Amino acid sequence: MAEEIAPRDVYGQTLVELGRENPAIVVLDADLKPSTMTYHFEKEFPERFFEVGIAEQNMIGIACGLAASGKIPFASTFAVFAPGRCFDQIRVSVAQARLNVKIVVTHAGLTVGEDGASHQALEDLSLVCSLPGFTVIVPADGVETAQVIRAVTAHDGPCYVRLCRPKLPVIYNDSYKFQIGKADELRPGTDVSIIACGVMVSPALEAAKQLAGENINCRVLNMSTLKPVDEAAVIKAARETGAIVTAEEHQEHGGLGSIVARIVVKNHPVPMELVAVKDVFGQSGKPAELLEKYGLTSKEIVAAAREAIKRKG
Amino acid sequence: MYNTGTMTNPPYHYQHPAPGTPSGVFKSDEDLATVCKRLRRDIITMIARAGSGHPGGSLSAVEIVATLYWKILRHKPIDPLWPGRDRFIMSKGHAAPVLYAVLAECGYFPREELGTLRRLGSHLQGHADRNATHGVEMSSGSLGQGLSFAVGCALASQLDKASWRVYALLSDGECDEGQTWEAAMSAPKFRLDNLTAIVDNNGLQLSGFTKDIMPLGLFPQKWWAFGWEVLEVDGHDLDQVFAAINTARQIKGKPAVIIARTVKGKGVSFMENNVDFHGKAPSAEQLEKALKELA
Repeated sequence: MAEEIAPRDVYGQTLVELGRENPAIVVLDADLKPSTMTYHFEKEFPERFFEVGIAEQNMIGIACGLAASGKIPFASTFAVFAPGRCFDQIRVSVAQARLNVKIVVTHAGLTVGEDGASHQALEDLSLVCSLPGFTVIVPADGVETAQVIRAVTAHDGPCYVRLCRPKLPVIYNDSYKFQIGKADELRPGTDVSIIACGVMVSPALEAAKQLAGENINCRVLNMSTLKPVDEAAVIKAARETGAIVTAEEHQEHGGLGSIVARIVVKNHPVPMELVAVKDVFGQSGKPAELLEKYGLTSKEIVAAAREAIKRKG
Repeated sequence: MYNTGTMTNPPYHYQHPAPGTPSGVFKSDEDLATVCKRLRRDIITMIARAGSGHPGGSLSAVEIVATLYWKILRHKPIDPLWPGRDRFIMSKGHAAPVLYAVLAECGYFPREELGTLRRLGSHLQGHADRNATHGVEMSSGSLGQGLSFAVGCALASQLDKASWRVYALLSDGECDEGQTWEAAMSAPKFRLDNLTAIVDNNGLQLSGFTKDIMPLGLFPQKWWAFGWEVLEVDGHDLDQVFAAINTARQIKGKPAVIIARTVKGKGVSFMENNVDFHGKAPSAEQLEKALKELA
């Protein structure tokens, strides 16, 4: 079995490394530091860590003031609370103002598990991707997470990074080079493209492996940057494979599938299937049970790929 | 034109008519009462020309903002992003005209630009926008966000052991917003004695009197209970406003709030305490009458 690492652990460690390299980095948290893993940073740099209590709106506002004064603030909480609890602050104080605020959220999606629907962010990507100028990234494993955190630190502008709660299988080795706005082709293929992000990248690879046994040749793209999205990679996938399946741990509305579909219809219409949550809230349960219940598995991706290929005509 | 990139350098150079210091730090010895009268004329003129805007809450804050920019803040109109500047955070972004009038008077941009308020492509947006206007620190307009921003600035100054201070202007109406109180709770935690909040307490909000829309109750006591030093002044008395801000600067270990009793629409008889002029431009006839009163 593949090695597993929790991206949020990597986030906490990477923040500490970056904190040592760059004194401008400051971290804010809203009473979730043992879960978001920002407590590592607090331990080493207590004077650069600001615990604001259960007050996400204030956290974002404070981050803006810090950014406007030359700091590089990382504000962390759960994905349900940012943007959910502070969308207007993110819209006006961060995005419209184009401030260099990094919002890194954890515990996104169904894989939160037993905490249930209130804690399962399935609409956050739709909200933040709607804001002009935002960079939105969903890393697929721990290795990519470390690089993403470094990349958003180097990028001047508002960024949203979405991490999950559980450990994820390690996909990448150290030779991987993440670039904001570039999709990574994990597997070449000509019959259909599976475009996935975050938690769904591993199931996408499993699905491709299974389909290979049926002589179906799947391209797999890790689309970790949802905004600015790699349009060229999407258009190339549409042209060269003629069918696309997207897979994400998010509502079908406004997430990766919607973003890819927008590019496909404008440039090179091909049959598409969207593996995503279908306009319902989640519930309590084990992460694997929930992914199964709401159709976010390699099995669903396989079925979607077959369907997309069938519709090629 | 509206600047779509991050504001870095002034796109134009403008020689301020008032005397500055060799370093560029703003300095003027002009009588402040005279300045305030001129600011009021600028405010209602630009709103009348725009055909929309918020005269009431702009006029109530004139003495506060003028005192800050003329007597308190260290700022350089020729270098709006000078790192050592004191920060003025305009939380009540709808009162942008008072800030624009002040910034123009100080020389951040030519006075003629005031005539472009709210027009397509103008530097002077309907609500204050940090990427559009030199000297505007924060993009506001959605109420309740400014005090948090000010706390962030004050934390940065504290962290850098810098001497620059932060002043935030709030409306009483925006104290309905929960975020204001989140921020109010956080500033004393961080012992931000480099932060002064000023509430333009004009007693009116968009649709009526504050006491009817949402009573603020024991307002000074609330701030005190959150851990702030509280000062109360007549917000139209220049000496009182100046003295209170100076007192606030000397308080150690906690932030201070100045609750300034003001009159919405101050200086124009038919706008004073008139909720209709929260967000309505005067007609040409009303403008003429107002300018006569402010002559």
